[in-house]
Amino acid sequence: MASNRISVMVTSGNREQLQMAAMVASVGAVMGNDVTVFLSMNALKFFIKGSSEKASAEGEMGILLAEKNAPDFMELFGQAVEYGDAKIHPCSMAVDILEVKQDDLEDFVSEPLGLTSFLSDAAEGQVWHF
Amino acid sequence: MSERKLVDAKNTFCPGPLMELIGQMKMAEIGDELEILSTDQGSANDIPEWINKVGHEMVDTFENEGVWHIVVKKTK
Repeated sequence: MASNRISVMVTSGNREQLQMAAMVASVGAVMGNDVTVFLSMNALKFFIKGSSEKASAEGEMGILLAEKNAPDFMELFGQAVEYGDAKIHPCSMAVDILEVKQDDLEDFVSEPLGLTSFLSDAAEGQVWHF
Repeated sequence: MSERKLVDAKNTFCPGPLMELIGQMKMAEIGDELEILSTDQGSANDIPEWINKVGHEMVDTFENEGVWHIVVKKTK
């Protein structure tokens, strides 16, 4: 089975965008692709351990996702790593701005990654942005 | 003797049933059969796609009263 590279940049803090990003990352990874997720801007704060902040819905779909027992996006990102060996990195700029360290982030999140490395890896394969 | 394990993933949405199946597949032995139950039609289409892509064996698939049953044999 040929594996392809899938690079997913996540910057939105909206539930719908985070959900779609988590779906692409998890399904992409369990299909055998080499998945790298890059978390920056308003997306990163949800990955801080113990964060009680909930992603707000952008529209009706986001409300329904919560009401209808769709899989939680954080759980899907964890499964992308556990079941599909995805790599999830915080943006090194975003961790500096938020003043967080890797240890402050969920256990499935790897070390901070710079944009140069992300873009260099992303050059060969599919790139998705949410 | 290999066994068939039931994975009840009713009342959740894509890709929940697929992820539940994969979690159970990880713990299963080669040769075991798993039967996943899903009320989500998208998953009923996607799970066989994943089985083919990854190379496990599709044993059976059928729908009964709004519940899709997909039976897969772990081959590796």
